[in-house]
Amino acid sequence: MKINLNVDVHHLTRIEGHGNIKIKVKDGEVTEARWDTVETPRFFEVMLKDKHYTSAGMLAARICGICSISHSLCSIRATENAFKVTIPETAAKLRLLAKHGETLQSHVLHVLFLAAPDFFNEPSVIPLIKKKPAVVAIAIRLKGLANRLCDAVAGRTTHPVAFQVGGVTLVPQKRHLLGFRDELKRSLDDLRIVADLISTIKLPDFVRETEFVSLRGEKEYPFIGGSLISSDGVNHAEQDYLPMTNEYVDKNNTSKWSKLSRESYAVGALARFNNNAQLLHPDAAEIAAALGLKPVCHNPFMNNVAQLVECFHVVHESIRLIDELVESGMGETMAQVTPKAGEGVGAVEAPRGILFHHYKYDKTGRILKANCVVPTTQNNANIHHDMKSLVKKFALTGEMTDEKLELLCSMLVRSYDPCLSCSVH
Amino acid sequence: MKYLGIEPVKPKIAIFDFTSCQGCELQLVNKEETLADFLNAVEIVRFREASSSYSDDYDIALIEGSVSRNDEVKRLEKIRKTAKVVVAFGSCACFGGVNQLKNAFDLKAANKEVYGNDPKETINVRPVKDIIAVDIEIPGCPVSKAEIESLICHVVWDSPFQPPVYPVCVECKQRFTTCLFEKGQMCLGPITRAGCNAPCPAGGQGCWGCRGPAVEPNYTSFFSVVKEKGFSDVELKERLNFFGAFQEVNVS
Ligand code: SF4
Ligand code: SF4
Repeated sequence: MKINLNVDVHHLTRIEGHGNIKIKVKDGEVTEARWDTVETPRFFEVMLKDKHYTSAGMLAARICGICSISHSLCSIRATENAFKVTIPETAAKLRLLAKHGETLQSHVLHVLFLAAPDFFNEPSVIPLIKKKPAVVAIAIRLKGLANRLCDAVAGRTTHPVAFQVGGVTLVPQKRHLLGFRDELKRSLDDLRIVADLISTIKLPDFVRETEFVSLRGEKEYPFIGGSLISSDGVNHAEQDYLPMTNEYVDKNNTSKWSKLSRESYAVGALARFNNNAQLLHPDAAEIAAALGLKPVCHNPFMNNVAQLVECFHVVHESIRLIDELVESGMGETMAQVTPKAGEGVGAVEAPRGILFHHYKYDKTGRILKANCVVPTTQNNANIHHDMKSLVKKFALTGEMTDEKLELLCSMLVRSYDPCLSCSVH
Repeated sequence: MKYLGIEPVKPKIAIFDFTSCQGCELQLVNKEETLADFLNAVEIVRFREASSSYSDDYDIALIEGSVSRNDEVKRLEKIRKTAKVVVAFGSCACFGGVNQLKNAFDLKAANKEVYGNDPKETINVRPVKDIIAVDIEIPGCPVSKAEIESLICHVVWDSPFQPPVYPVCVECKQRFTTCLFEKGQMCLGPITRAGCNAPCPAGGQGCWGCRGPAVEPNYTSFFSVVKEKGFSDVELKERLNFFGAFQEVNVS
């Protein structure tokens, strides 16, 4: 039998930003299988030039509306490294608490609002309000909690206002933090219901070996700063990110592509898990085991599961941070900052993967040169190569239709939780 | 959702994203306390970021983002032909937002710096109203969901849609936030339209004017206060230009 298939998705839905899928199978042969990002470039690296260090973080946050806390923290870290500023411990803890809020918010949004409709054959979460009211209620509750936590610690959940070079400018009240502590405890029950639900869903059985890049945790599962690691054994210091990311321009894409030891590599929850699973909170590790997630996992669809596992981890870690903050009291939250000429790199694990900001400053504290390497930029080539391999595996089985193939490839892209406007920036 | 026993006509809403960070769209699914009611009160026929269903039959077009490539001009023109009401939502859509900071640089050089020898198509950033007629503007970076809800009430129940005319300072007073000028920082609150509930000053950061001018702001007296407090024209200009919202004024 001659298999002929044709998929042409112009602007894939339920992802952040604009990207296209194009697949052609002619007489049983894959003649085309592409994933391309066509988002309009905003030229953030250029816009950051001449900006004073006091507004760079605020501008950088606007690279992404969903992970603005990560961009803001990464930008500020780059500047602090350039100026050799060490921030007070309380400030570091509050930043990490907001970071956990963002991770929870972003993962819940992805797993339950953007990916879940595929699991129930619905176009969006809206029909699920009637079909699965209990799950949607949980999704809304978890997302609400995460957003309110970010509001309280970062001043606002989208485009935070409380992070400045040197520390934080907002100190949440103890009784507020304790209120969140109770809610976080309760949210673990909600997360368990979600885990039970996910355990009933059969994700596509697909494996393509790739390389995973992330921060390398020393004592803790990593989120802000530290050294870099790949699952193929490449290690670098934070400031030596360039030989790790190797960006290049592809003619069909406004997002750059990246590679390291192979034709592409992946970042994100699955990469963090694969490189740091031993550092997860025991409860999160137990959930991973129950859901069949083991390092090194090469099934990209399992990124959904890795995100859920991380939700457990960040909830437990947030509770721990609140306990520490309440016990130690707040104390100093801002360090003295003196701008100086020089360069600095910040690396942060954004929800969708490792993120780098790199600035070169003049002596007055204005940016001379900026470079940002964004999670989805690093994932785009990997998605593209996964798609090729996925089409080869499933399209030639004889039972494939255009519609089924479109859904399968769309689900593949969505598993990465791509943020395309971010990737192009 | 009945009111006085009457089922209202649900407006058909389509949401479109142009050059943006998509943070404004995200606000549509935030404010979780009223999210289910919000989704019930309207019929969202198109929301690419959240749904795969898709229709070209809509009454209201919510437009996020600015224009920075020629294909976006054509998309906008098509939307204008279909929509009864066009809403520019977010500072990117209303004023160009942070995206318009690009316009201060040479586009060719910018392209070279980012893409080397493979330049990508790009044009100077423009707000939506430069391309098509806009019926309602909801500024903010990001927009406030409460304002979008009040817009929805306006279309569904015909209740008045009247964003505040007063400046952000009023909201600082309501929240008991210590004025940032007292702490030695600059703030555009006195000339910027309220409606955000002043989160930036409350979080320790002066206002950068993402919502644009309040009604009849007193620029002259504000500029002289800024000068008196020792801030330079460069600092002031930088702030006024940040979101592109104060192009009506000249700092001399
Ligand atoms: S106005 Fe701000 S939040 Fe909204 S899309 Fe533009 S940059 Fe993002
Ligand atoms: S902080 Fe800004 S907005 Fe608030 S009262 Fe002072 S000048 Fe006005």
